[in-house]
Amino acid sequence: MPMSWALLVTLLLAGAGYLVGRSRAFSSAGADIRLMHSRPTYHGASVALLTVAPALVVLLLAAVLRMSGLLAADTAATGIAVLIAAVIGLGYGISRINAAFQARNAVERMVLTFLILCSMIAIATTAGIVLSLIFETGSFFQKYSWHEFFFGTEWTPRFDGNSQLGMLPLLWGTLYISFIALLVAVPIGLMAAIYLSEYASPRVRSIAKPLVELLAGIPTIVYGLFALITVGPLLRDAIAQPLGLGNSASSVLTAGLVMGIMLIPFVSSLSDDIINAVPQSLRDGALGLGSTPSEIVRQVVMPAALPGIVGAVLLAASRAIGETMIVVLGAGAAATMSLNPLEAMTTITVKIVSQLTGDNDFSSPETLVAFALGLTLFVITLGLNIVALIIVRKYREQYE
Amino acid sequence: MYDTTRSEADVSQQDIKISARNVQVYYGDKHAIKDVNVEILDKTVTAFIGPSGCGKSTFLRCINRMNDTIDIARIEGEIRLDGEDVYDRRVDPVQLRAKVGMVFQKPNPFPKSIYDNVAYGPRIHGLARNKADLDGIVEKALRGAALWNEVKDRLQEPGTGLSGGQQQRLCIARAVATAPEVLLMDEPCSALDPIATGQVEELIDQLREQFSVVIVTHSMQQAARVSQKTAFFHLGNLVEYGDTNDIFTKPRDSRTEAYISGRIG
Repeated sequence: MPMSWALLVTLLLAGAGYLVGRSRAFSSAGADIRLMHSRPTYHGASVALLTVAPALVVLLLAAVLRMSGLLAADTAATGIAVLIAAVIGLGYGISRINAAFQARNAVERMVLTFLILCSMIAIATTAGIVLSLIFETGSFFQKYSWHEFFFGTEWTPRFDGNSQLGMLPLLWGTLYISFIALLVAVPIGLMAAIYLSEYASPRVRSIAKPLVELLAGIPTIVYGLFALITVGPLLRDAIAQPLGLGNSASSVLTAGLVMGIMLIPFVSSLSDDIINAVPQSLRDGALGLGSTPSEIVRQVVMPAALPGIVGAVLLAASRAIGETMIVVLGAGAAATMSLNPLEAMTTITVKIVSQLTGDNDFSSPETLVAFALGLTLFVITLGLNIVALIIVRKYREQYE
Repeated sequence: MYDTTRSEADVSQQDIKISARNVQVYYGDKHAIKDVNVEILDKTVTAFIGPSGCGKSTFLRCINRMNDTIDIARIEGEIRLDGEDVYDRRVDPVQLRAKVGMVFQKPNPFPKSIYDNVAYGPRIHGLARNKADLDGIVEKALRGAALWNEVKDRLQEPGTGLSGGQQQRLCIARAVATAPEVLLMDEPCSALDPIATGQVEELIDQLREQFSVVIVTHSMQQAARVSQKTAFFHLGNLVEYGDTNDIFTKPRDSRTEAYISGRIG
């Protein structure tokens, strides 16, 4: 019997259980329905949930057993087991019904369990991802020395072995590009947010804010194309060649600028929400003391909004660090370390992609290095988020 | 504490500080203030009373042009401060509000230290020549608001950490430090307990030696305790205006009598 049939029958059983449970509850109540602890729909729901839950548990168990190889892929047997579990649950659920049974509490407990399970999934998945990264990174460091990875300044992977896998050029490229991106995005985004929230008339605001948020939805590959065909050649012809700083259309500056433009709506939209959360009563208070709008922004609104804005900037920073597409198309793939912003460089994320595309041999250090890079990236963004949290908390203690 | 007998004699000799002529306020289509004429005296506490939505707060906010921030509000007529129409094109609302301070219903200290809260006005208006000067202004304002003894050892702590009553007195100190000529108070005690209310009322009584105070209040007892002049608003009209004693003992209008005896409102 195919699994889908077993599930369908289980759902039908649950539906029947609901109806039976409800009608049994009605009849068990006798003449005065108010003597019951729970309303009949709760009795029905408790039976239905008791039918579905054991079936799902059996299904999950079977999946785990199959994956660990303890069980052959025998769907018929599993389907029957699922059905048996459902029937047992159904029978137990119906047998529990009487006027005094606290069905509402039982249903609420089951729902609560379900909600907790859902939130566990996100946490468990993250933990799983980190664990797999750690394992792969571990096997990478068995094949390649860790200090050459962390402190090596040469990145020349060769698939015939003998590669130089120093992370520093990639880290430098990542930080350099992110820095330029933030240099563009934070002031412009913040000023835009200040204009929108403090100066713009409601009409302008009602048009401009959704428009800005729309910009945040543009896929980054589109920004990448913009970098490749417009910004890159423009910077090369206008700055790099006249100043003799290079001949490359792809450069750190190109990627940084375009990434900054990508982040402007992100920063301005977040900051706008944060500035709007500053209570109007503070603005009124400052206004009542004879402050100009700019004094209100600088001395009252900004200090109150600062922790949130720092958080927004750090969020933007982790997005910049994780960005890939704009870098591939804007800055190129050459792993170089240079201060010249008009030279092509690359980032950690780009190299992770290039090490894992094509034919992969998951035992060679050239492939495994991707996981070490991924873990490094993860640790950097984690650290950034922790710093953001600490700053936010520190300011909050001061102001509230 | 509130010597109303003393006040009546003083009041008649005071100059007119603010005079409103035919003031109309519209919120969109709603006619919120209907043809209000009133003369507010210098160095006097004037109370605006009336049921909710009667326009007393709206009128108060016209005096320092706080209604400018509301897009749909439209104001007609004239309000003169020392003879100068505050709605004149040449008047800068920023300068006007420096002269006409305001204290709000809910205490709204800035997210700064106690010291910086009080120093805010003097700083933006350049009232202090140096740090010692500023220290003096802050201390005087805090003493004036009867808060100095409670906060003198923790001036660098955040103003938001004070209790509700202390916060409201801090806001009064902040307004006083700007050296206003008129202080508008929009239900300053409605968020406070009776003890804090008593302290603020005592403070208001002292403040009128320096300038004119206009207070909007829901509490008729408060109006009777702190003010020398009372204006009764009803449905956007200024129904009656006169000496506080007269309003509460022998109101001329039947609506005033109905309100103060608790039959409307």
